[in-house]
Amino acid sequence: MNVGKNITRMDAAEKAAGRTKYTDDLCDKSALIIKIKHSTIAHGRVISMDTKEAEKIPGVIKVVTCFDVPKNYFPTAGHPWSTEESHQDVCDRLLLSEHVCYYGDDVAAVVAETEIAAVQAVRAIQVEYEEYPFVLDVQEAMKPEAPCIHEKYPGNILAHTNIRNGNYQKAIKEPGLIKVEGWYDTPSVQHCHIENFICFAEEKEGKIVVTSSTQIPHIVRRIVGQALGIDWGKVRIIKPYIGGGFGNKQDALYEPLCAYLSTQVGGRLVKLDVSREETFVNNRTRHAIRSHIITYLRKDGTIVANKLEAFSNQGAYASHGHAIVAKGMGCFPQLYPCPNIEADAYTIFTNRPVAGAMRGYGIPQAMFAVESHTDDIAKAVGMEPVEFRRKNLMPVGFVDGFSKNENYYDTFNQCMNKGMEYIDYDRKKKKYANQTGNIRRGVGLAVFWYNTAVYPIALESSSCRMVLNQDGTLQLQLGETEIGQGADTAFAQMAADAIGVPFESVHMVSCQDTDVTPFGTGAYASRQTYVASFSIQKTAEAFKKRILEHAHEYTGMPVSNLNLVDGNIVRTSDNRVLMSMKELAMEALYSRNHSEHITAEETADIKSNAYSFGCTVAEVEVDIALCKAKLLNIINVHDCGRLINPALAKAQVEGGMSMGIGYALSEQLIFDEKTGRALNNNLLDYKLSTFMDHPHLEVQFAENPEPTSPFGTKALGEPPVCSVAPAIRNAVLDATGVAVNQLPLNPHNLFKRFYEEGLL
Amino acid sequence: MSVQYKLVTCTINGVERSGMVDVRASLTDMLRNDYRLTSVKKGCEVGECGACNVIIDGECFNSCIYLAVWAEGKNIRTLESLLGPNGELSDIQQAFVDETAIQCGFCSPGFIMTAVEILEAGKLYTDDELRKLLSGHLCRCTGYENILRAVKKTMYKRLGVEWTEE
Repeated sequence: MNVGKNITRMDAAEKAAGRTKYTDDLCDKSALIIKIKHSTIAHGRVISMDTKEAEKIPGVIKVVTCFDVPKNYFPTAGHPWSTEESHQDVCDRLLLSEHVCYYGDDVAAVVAETEIAAVQAVRAIQVEYEEYPFVLDVQEAMKPEAPCIHEKYPGNILAHTNIRNGNYQKAIKEPGLIKVEGWYDTPSVQHCHIENFICFAEEKEGKIVVTSSTQIPHIVRRIVGQALGIDWGKVRIIKPYIGGGFGNKQDALYEPLCAYLSTQVGGRLVKLDVSREETFVNNRTRHAIRSHIITYLRKDGTIVANKLEAFSNQGAYASHGHAIVAKGMGCFPQLYPCPNIEADAYTIFTNRPVAGAMRGYGIPQAMFAVESHTDDIAKAVGMEPVEFRRKNLMPVGFVDGFSKNENYYDTFNQCMNKGMEYIDYDRKKKKYANQTGNIRRGVGLAVFWYNTAVYPIALESSSCRMVLNQDGTLQLQLGETEIGQGADTAFAQMAADAIGVPFESVHMVSCQDTDVTPFGTGAYASRQTYVASFSIQKTAEAFKKRILEHAHEYTGMPVSNLNLVDGNIVRTSDNRVLMSMKELAMEALYSRNHSEHITAEETADIKSNAYSFGCTVAEVEVDIALCKAKLLNIINVHDCGRLINPALAKAQVEGGMSMGIGYALSEQLIFDEKTGRALNNNLLDYKLSTFMDHPHLEVQFAENPEPTSPFGTKALGEPPVCSVAPAIRNAVLDATGVAVNQLPLNPHNLFKRFYEEGLL
Repeated sequence: MSVQYKLVTCTINGVERSGMVDVRASLTDMLRNDYRLTSVKKGCEVGECGACNVIIDGECFNSCIYLAVWAEGKNIRTLESLLGPNGELSDIQQAFVDETAIQCGFCSPGFIMTAVEILEAGKLYTDDELRKLLSGHLCRCTGYENILRAVKKTMYKRLGVEWTEE
C-alpha cells in the first residue's frame, strides 16, 4: 500500500537541485517585453491618450491603448463555466479599461524589445482623465449618495442573497433572552506567493500558445477564447511548475492581454512579467468582509435565534464575486445549528483593487466573525467557551439539506480535545484567570467549517488518463494541477494502489498543456485530492480490466480469478504470480497476433461533497503598554479524512497556519483615503510572517475516513488558514478581557481597543 | 539614452567567465539571462524576499540589488554549484528533500544558499539564531517549520553532534 505512507514528493529532488523550470525559466530570450500603464486615479474615464513620445523610444514595437482593444467583455473567475446563463460569471472586463475603476487600473500596454524601453514608454504615455468620486469602504459604497461604479449595479450591489430559517422576528420575542451583538472586520490581504504572476504568448501552428503561472489552465483557455473572440480550440495553455498560487492564480489574470498583444505584433513571442508591486494591486486580493452578528440565547446557553449581515468588499470588478461571501454565509446555519436564522450576504463594488479567490474562500473571514462571536456569547452567558461549543456545535449525524454533507464522526470534540491537551488549555485557563499587570497571557480556541470542492453549486468532475508503457509502468495524467501543494505525489500514491503497481511504476505527467492534458478545472476549493480520488479509482478500474483481459489471453485463467498485485498478475485462488506487468506490457504492445496500446481515460462526474473540520488552539502573551500580542504556542488539529501522505499533509497545514498567523497579527493592505492608492504594496511594508514571527507550529490530525471518497480523503489545502485568526483573537480576549474585532491584531488596532476599554 | 556595456570577468560556480553586461543590469539578470542559472529566482527585485540569494566571496547577497558590474573579480556561487561530481545532491539539498522543506520550490534555492553560508560557518547555532539567520527569506508555503529542521539536522550532522528530536 502506498496511501498513508510518507513518500517523498516526486518533484522535490529536482527543485532542490535548481533544475525545475518555472514560467520565466522557459521563456526564450527573444521575447518582446510587455509593460502596462496603470491609472493614477481611482475612478474616472480616460478622455484621451497621447502615445507619440512613447512610440519614439527606440525599441518600442507597439503601444496599445484602452481605445484599441476589442469590446469583448469577459469574466475572469476560475469557475467552471455554466451552461445556464444565470449562473455564468459576470462578464465585466475588457483587456484594457477606458472606464477606470481603481487606482492602478490598466489603461494601456507597451510591447518593446527590452524591459527598459518598455518601462520608459509606459512613463512617456500621457493620459487625460475625467475624474469621478471614488469610494473604498463597503458601508460608504452602499449609501445613496455614493458614486455608482458600474451602471448595471445600482447601489454598487453586485449581489445580495439570504437565508431564512424558522422565524427570527418571532423567536426573539421570547422573554428573558440574552442578546449579544458584534461587528467583526477583516482587512484586504494578498496571497504573496513568491513567484509573481507571469505569462508569455506566441502564435504557433495556427494557435495562440500561452505559457502561464496559473492554477487553472483549462479555464484560462476558455477565458482567452472569450476575451479575444476566437475559437477555444485555437488557444493552448501550458502550465509549468508554479511558484505558489493560493487562489490568486485561480483567475485569468493577464493571459488574455498577453495573448492579444502577441496577435498585435504578428504573433511574435511576448512576455508579461508582473512586478511584486503590481501583484499586490493588479492581481487579486482577499475580500475584506465586515460581519454583523446578533444572537439571542437562553441563560443555559441555548441559541434561540441569530442574525448575520455580511458585507464583502469586492473592489473594482466582479472576479469571483459573490461566491466568496456566499460560501461564508453558507456555514452560518450549519456550524451552530439554530432553528431561527436571518442571514444576508452582500457583495459590494468599491474602488479598491479586485478581490478574488484566496485560500479559504470566504471562510477565514466567516470564521473570524463567527468564532470571535462565539467567545463573546459564551462570555455573555458565563460559560467556558469550549463548553459552549461542545453544547452548540453541529452534532454528529447532522446533514446539510443543500449539499447533503453529513457530519459522520465526533470530529469537533476529537479535534478540540487534542488541541487543548497540547496547549494544556484547562490548566492555563485557570492559571491565567484574574491577571493584573502589564504582561498578561491567555489561551483561545476556534473551530472551522469547510466544504470540500464546489458540488452542488457548480460542476464537479475530474478526468484521468493512464497509459501503459512497454516496461509495465504507466504515465498518469489528470486535469487537476500541481501548484506546489504536492498533488502529483498524492495522485500517484492513489493510482499505484488503485491499479496494483508499485509507486515507482507511476510516472506523473506534471506540467499541463491543454492540448494534451485531460480536461480539468484545476486547483481550487481544496478539491484536488478529493475529486481526483474518484477519477483515479474509475480510470484504474477500466485500465486494470484491459490489462487482466490481456492476462487472460496469456494465462488462460478467467479474469475473475486474476488480480494485479504489486506489479504482477496474480491468480487470486492461490495468490500465485503468473506473470509480471512488464512481461504482459511487452507482449500486449509487440504481439504480432494481437497488439494493443493499453490506455484508459475516464471522467468521474462527482455528485457528493464532504465536510472538513478542525480547530486551532493558541496561547498568547500581551504587552498592554506596547499593545503587542505575541504568539507563544499554537496547534492546528484537522480531520481531512484518511491521510494520503502524512508528511505532505503536515507541511500543508504548517503553511496554512503561517498564513493564518499573518492574517491574525500583521497583514493588511492599506489604501490612501485621499487617492485610493495602495500604500504598502511591497514585501517590506506589507507584513507577512517571517521566520522570526512563528513559534513552533504543532500539527495533529483526527483521521476519520471520509465515506464518500474511494480513498477516504477530503479537503486540507485551504482549511489550515481558517481558524487561526479567531483562536488568536480569543486568546487575546482571554488575556486582557478585551474583544478586538478588527484584524489584524497589530499594535494599531490593539491600542484603539485597549484605550476604549480603559486599559491604557 | 545610450546603452553602456562593460566587460565583467568573474568566477561563477568555479569557472572563470567573461561577458559584456549592461551597466544597469542586476546580478540576477546577468546570472539568469547570460549564464542561464535559473535557480536564481526573482520574487520582488528589491531585496525583500530572498529568492535571488547567491554567495559572493563567501557571503550571501540578494543578487537583485547587486549590480552585475560589481561582480568584477568576484567568486559567485549559485545553487547549481552544490551538486556532487556525479550530479548527486549535497547534504543540505537532500535534507530539504527528506524533511519536506520544499513545496512550490520557488524560495528553496535562496534558502539553501543561506543554509550553505550558515553551515560553512562551522558553528552550532541555537534555534533562535537559526531563525534570525534565515529570516531574510520569505516562504508562503511551508511555515518555515521543515526548513528549520532541514538546516538544523544538517548542521548537527556536519558538526558530528548527536541530533535529538525535541
